[in-house]
Amino acid sequence: MQTREFDIIVIGGGNAALCAAISAKEKNTNFKVAILESSPREWRGGNSQHTRNLRSMHDAPTDVLTDAYSEDEFFNDVFKVTKGQTNEEYARFVISHTPQAVEFAKKHGVRFQPSMRGTLHLGRTNAFFLGGGKSLVNAYFHCAERLGINIFYEHEALDLVFEGKSCKEVLVLDKKTNTQLNLKAKAFVVASGGFESNLQWLEEAWGEKARNFLIRGTRFNQGKMLKALQKSKAKIIGDPTQGHMVAIDARTPGYDGGIASRVDCVSLGIVVNKYAQRFYDEGEDFWPKRYAIWGRLVANEEDQIAYSITDSKVQKCYMPSLFTPIVAQTIQELAEKIGLDKAALQQTIEEYNASVIDGKFNHTIQDDCHTKGLKIEKTHWALRLDTPPFYCYPLRPGVTFTYMGVKVDKSARVYADDDSLFENLFAAGEIMAGNILTQGYVAGFGMSIGTVFGRLAGENAANVIL
Amino acid sequence: MQTTQQYVWSSATQNSTQDSNSIYTIAKKSCIICNSCRYCEGLCAVFPAMERFREFSDKDMDYLANLCHQCSECFYDCQYAPPHEFHVSIPTQFAQIRKESYKDHVFPSFLGKVFDKNAIFSTSVLVIVLFLGFVLSSMIGDSNGLTLTQDGNFYTIIPYNYMVGVFSATGILAVLAILIGCMRYAKTINVPKISFSVFIQTLKDVATLRYLGGHNSEGCTYPHAERSNIRRFFHHFTAYGFVFCFIATISAAIYTHFLGLHAPHPLFSLPKTFGLVGGILLCIGVSGLFVLKLKADKVIKDSVSIGMDYMLLCMLFIVSASGLVLMCFKTSSLLTPLLWFHLSCVLAFFVIIPYSKFVHLFYRFLALLKYNAEEEL
Repeated sequence: MQTREFDIIVIGGGNAALCAAISAKEKNTNFKVAILESSPREWRGGNSQHTRNLRSMHDAPTDVLTDAYSEDEFFNDVFKVTKGQTNEEYARFVISHTPQAVEFAKKHGVRFQPSMRGTLHLGRTNAFFLGGGKSLVNAYFHCAERLGINIFYEHEALDLVFEGKSCKEVLVLDKKTNTQLNLKAKAFVVASGGFESNLQWLEEAWGEKARNFLIRGTRFNQGKMLKALQKSKAKIIGDPTQGHMVAIDARTPGYDGGIASRVDCVSLGIVVNKYAQRFYDEGEDFWPKRYAIWGRLVANEEDQIAYSITDSKVQKCYMPSLFTPIVAQTIQELAEKIGLDKAALQQTIEEYNASVIDGKFNHTIQDDCHTKGLKIEKTHWALRLDTPPFYCYPLRPGVTFTYMGVKVDKSARVYADDDSLFENLFAAGEIMAGNILTQGYVAGFGMSIGTVFGRLAGENAANVIL
Repeated sequence: MQTTQQYVWSSATQNSTQDSNSIYTIAKKSCIICNSCRYCEGLCAVFPAMERFREFSDKDMDYLANLCHQCSECFYDCQYAPPHEFHVSIPTQFAQIRKESYKDHVFPSFLGKVFDKNAIFSTSVLVIVLFLGFVLSSMIGDSNGLTLTQDGNFYTIIPYNYMVGVFSATGILAVLAILIGCMRYAKTINVPKISFSVFIQTLKDVATLRYLGGHNSEGCTYPHAERSNIRRFFHHFTAYGFVFCFIATISAAIYTHFLGLHAPHPLFSLPKTFGLVGGILLCIGVSGLFVLKLKADKVIKDSVSIGMDYMLLCMLFIVSASGLVLMCFKTSSLLTPLLWFHLSCVLAFFVIIPYSKFVHLFYRFLALLKYNAEEEL
């Protein structure tokens, strides 16, 4: 078994890990810093390669953000979507550091879109990466290479070795040669993501349901470090069912479907389960505000499958999707194509159609088209399904990330379960995002947390040995 | 049940009337993925243009592909690029479509096929035939032509009438072929009414190679992931070198026909200065582009269309280099065969222009015209 020594080892290869490694190296360019990325080079970057933007507060318009977005407004947005499951102190801590996060990214080669263009109209709250998250990941890796950071691809960290409260080495599997090696360092940063790609672990948490989950991001977030930290008596926060789960197209591949697996027509039609029954108000709110709850809704239906059905009237009202919809001229034909009970689907749609109260349809506002008299009403955008062809998108739960992680202080240092701190162990990114919020999600906040805590972890790891 | 299963990408065909393996089908699939992702919308003209479509016809693809400058930024930024099973690779897929679009619009189409299938062979034969033509015409001589005896005067070698005859004929045919090809392409992609400002904007985009400069002229990811302006630099050398040589040729013709000034021209005359500078620029530019192509990351190189690129670069190099050599050996005994060779190459080049990669200039200009016109609305 080989042994090599570094000053700082960063475990992970996504945004948080890269920010940590770069920050550490810049503290002292003589430091030997290593990045352990478990994926091959072409899959590097974890879930960061699928991200699109970073949420940032700002008091005045910048080159990449319009208008202003105050700390309070930002915090309120987080508070609302998490239904209060937010640690205010930590959330405000992250939020107040976001302007520096954007500057840090720019300084290290990440490019942002000019603020005036952007499809989601988030130009005020979120700074969009030019070319998306993979472009950001590439920029940081280029920067890391230039700085002389050692990057090990296909090196999966398996376990951590402690002496008291000090981490001494990491046990690593070199997947190319299938050999194990021990890497020693004076300080460690764990930024290896959550465990959502570990289907077995998901099944332990969710039961058999998890077999029908799709993973929207990387296949490399296996949670090995989380297990290692658990074993080493780090303070674990959150439970394994907490995470971000959205309804995505059921035909999406098992991993890395990313943004394109999105289905955008749910609020414009109805959604039925495998018994052709509706199970939730599709028109409760705008889809971007609701897609996150639909993941769990579908997960709780039998076989974790649902079908979003619309007719031709609303075809132009939503973004085109990766997969072509299943098209049929009649409800009967549609039922047959998707394998639902014909009579049941017919009945559901007839009852729904009969309950629609006519209004002035407008998909850009919460309009007055609704149903009256159904067990589960549709409160907005309710139009009769009466104009063939009919379109269907099958839906499955798609897991984006998990919240269970380790508790850290505001220097990113990891807590042990006796509430003392480890001397030289830091965490950043998804593995500690549960310190800030434990349910719900606002777009771009994960990258904010990753950048802010990544930098802190890197700098403080460097401070330990300076 | 088909609808709850994950998609099998390799066997996916949306349209049974079309060959599932055709590059159009493959590229359309990529465009649908791009349109549901849109992370690249800030990179270049291709992606905002793509967003205007919900579905893609072959004609739409001909338009989008010619907007693409193959800077390859979108490949490196793409979360769905190979090895991802979605296999989105806009630079290589669009390169193939560009080649198809040249082929589909070329006039006359049989010549397009000749130079497509056996480019090197056809061009070599052409050069040899033209070479023999010059040799023959020189041997027969032409008593009606000008017969000056001054050293270095080309007309003492090749009869004036023959020279003017073949060059005008070739020139007219080439212009005609390009014009018809361009008109066909403009019709296919449906270029809308153009305002003056759109025309100027497009001219500027083309003349400055705006889209090879990437975002804020920071350069593009060619020949590899590290960004630089090197390709734009060499392309400028090539393009302006060509323009200079073109000016040299035209001015030489004017000197001869209208001003009665015959070659050889002094160093500081329009034909000579532009010819010399242009020739040097061309040689440098073309060599640079050639090396960049050789060195380019294999994932951004399209093996189907790259032959066409090499062919044009070689042709340009031979033409410009032989011209420079000719200038150096003006008074030597090598002059005669060198002249025959250079002129054959120039002529051959003009013959193959409408069937070569050279037309990318016109197609891209037309595509950018359409893009700029639609953006203006």
